[in-house]
Amino acid sequence: MSGNEAVAEASLDAGVSLGTGYPGTPSTEILEHFAEIGGKAQWSPNEKVALEVGVGAAYGKARAIVTMKHVGLNVAADPFFTAAYTGVDGGLVIVSADDPGMSSSQNEQDNRHLAEAAEIPMLEPSDSQEAYDFTVKGFELSEKWKIPVLLRMTTRICHSKTIVEKKIRPSKGYSNLKFVKDLRGKVMIPSNARPAHLRLREKIAELAEFNEESFFNKVEKGLIDTGIITSGISYQYAKEAEPDAGILKLGMTYPLPFDKIRSFAGKYKRCIVIEEGDPYLFKSIMAAGIEVEGKHDIFRLGELNLKRVRKILAGENTSEEIPPCGKAPQLCPGCPHKTVYEALKKLGCTVPGDIGCYSLGTLPPYEAMDTLLCMGAGITVGLGLRHILPEEKAMKVVSVIGDSTFIHSGITGLVDMVYNRPPTGHVVIILDNNTTAMTGLQEHPGSGRDIMHNPSHQVKIEDISRAIGIENVDVVDMLKNPEEIEKIITKRLSEKKTSVIIARRPCVLSVKLKAKI
Amino acid sequence: MNDTINIVIAGIGGQGVIKASDILSEAAFTAGYDVKKSEIHGMSQRGGSVTSDVRFAKKVFSPTVPPGEADFLVVLADDQVEINCHLLKKGGKLITSKDIDLSKIPNPKTLNTALLGALSSFIGIPLKNWEEAIRKLLPPKSTDMNIEAFNMGRKQ
Repeated sequence: MSGNEAVAEASLDAGVSLGTGYPGTPSTEILEHFAEIGGKAQWSPNEKVALEVGVGAAYGKARAIVTMKHVGLNVAADPFFTAAYTGVDGGLVIVSADDPGMSSSQNEQDNRHLAEAAEIPMLEPSDSQEAYDFTVKGFELSEKWKIPVLLRMTTRICHSKTIVEKKIRPSKGYSNLKFVKDLRGKVMIPSNARPAHLRLREKIAELAEFNEESFFNKVEKGLIDTGIITSGISYQYAKEAEPDAGILKLGMTYPLPFDKIRSFAGKYKRCIVIEEGDPYLFKSIMAAGIEVEGKHDIFRLGELNLKRVRKILAGENTSEEIPPCGKAPQLCPGCPHKTVYEALKKLGCTVPGDIGCYSLGTLPPYEAMDTLLCMGAGITVGLGLRHILPEEKAMKVVSVIGDSTFIHSGITGLVDMVYNRPPTGHVVIILDNNTTAMTGLQEHPGSGRDIMHNPSHQVKIEDISRAIGIENVDVVDMLKNPEEIEKIITKRLSEKKTSVIIARRPCVLSVKLKAKI
Repeated sequence: MNDTINIVIAGIGGQGVIKASDILSEAAFTAGYDVKKSEIHGMSQRGGSVTSDVRFAKKVFSPTVPPGEADFLVVLADDQVEINCHLLKKGGKLITSKDIDLSKIPNPKTLNTALLGALSSFIGIPLKNWEEAIRKLLPPKSTDMNIEAFNMGRKQ
């Protein structure tokens, strides 16, 4: 099974009461699979909400799992950092699925830094078996130390399929769920937060000691005088590239077991750190005064693979062959977004955009989306431009954002649009295809269906827009009247008003999916 | 470690690349091998290029096939051959639609299983494991058609 499926299976077997998250490659299938096999799971409007709901469940002594992609943890960083202070009464495992190489992301940040920054213990599985085992053990760790645990995965761990043996008997779930009042422990006003930080440091010191002999780290004796310190997927490449080397595979990478590392490094003439992404292990180990070898900066970019690890081991830093480009993804035949981009291109608009299928509008033949920063920034970057550009240019600025992204973090942008209204107003187009299409057709509050595609309360984008005080709210049916869109955009651009245009038509793929269900 | 069989299956989103690699992995697994399989999800639904790596041996570590080390490259779309042939090792075997008689496959949708059939004659996975994998992973109504396509590809 895939690493994602393994985390879901482990969550069910570990008796998780609630799974929350927001879709994002490569994390999406965890929660989907958890729901499919009978777990209680829900898509949240965004990762911050998902984590807070998960923390609430874990305050009530439940086990909860919260899933997101690496950039999602930025959105959830606020509760993430302080949940380390409050700790939890139940078990809380937070999954960050990182995307080194950016197969489907806007950056390749290495979230191991966030575990260290927030002082939250971190586990890094190296295959699906460990994804299963570490999830189960992660809950035990979380409950024992009353602290959230970060399960840090990467694309190749999430999506590779490897064999998994389930080692525990499925739990029947927890019955002793209750909230225990603890004002000093749970209310993080400064006078409570200061001692809470001290308690957190003590927990981390205990965890570091625990990690010296923990189940998570494995030493493999070698036949040659080279030792490799590694973690996650890098272990697999290292093991294959240099099968005769001694290996210290770190499964719990915050807090690090420095005595174990020191004793391992001391045994070898050459000790090298093989890690994907930033030199997180290398820097931490060197800072602890243990001499090890790292990798050239070029290998900090992109994914590792067997070939690159061989180069690192050989001390090479030669420039790398660039593989030929494949066929780029494109908007599907019949996609309702196409007409919108054709119009925007024709009208010569400046288009701050956002994250989703419609990001493909930046590619030929449209080349009609001018910026992509992060979730929700389509609206707000547009506002910044409207504020400073000369009037004639400002009036050509149109923000585009998808329906799921709008719910995720577009609403506050709309509030800013009416509160700090640019002199020329602004025009926002919401490309509403009634699903979270890019990640594989997940539901969201605006689609009005839950994670299993059953009916739920629908949050109506036009109602939100009107309630916020947007002056013009137009809904264009892109199936019946696609030609309307150009006229409406032209009209709204000529007025100095705040306008939201909802270009609505269900995603062609979601229509196919619904027919199947 | 040299006994690891490295296979890359390539094509365009929607052609059944991932399904083909699932069938191959399942067949290798039930035949007693350690198997790892890796691909990138995400944007493939939008008609982009898709590749899926399958590796099997007594024991496999890396889930990905390094460029230039594939023993077999199975390509479902002819226009994807050029961009993927760097994955093949020297002397590796390229398998494309030209290796089978397209007029004989029961349905264009069975191209993936037909090419697996062509691949199967080069690798030592017993026929019964292939058939079981197809029956397990494809919808019941299409299994007979796919087994027919597989056998047709195998005979070529």
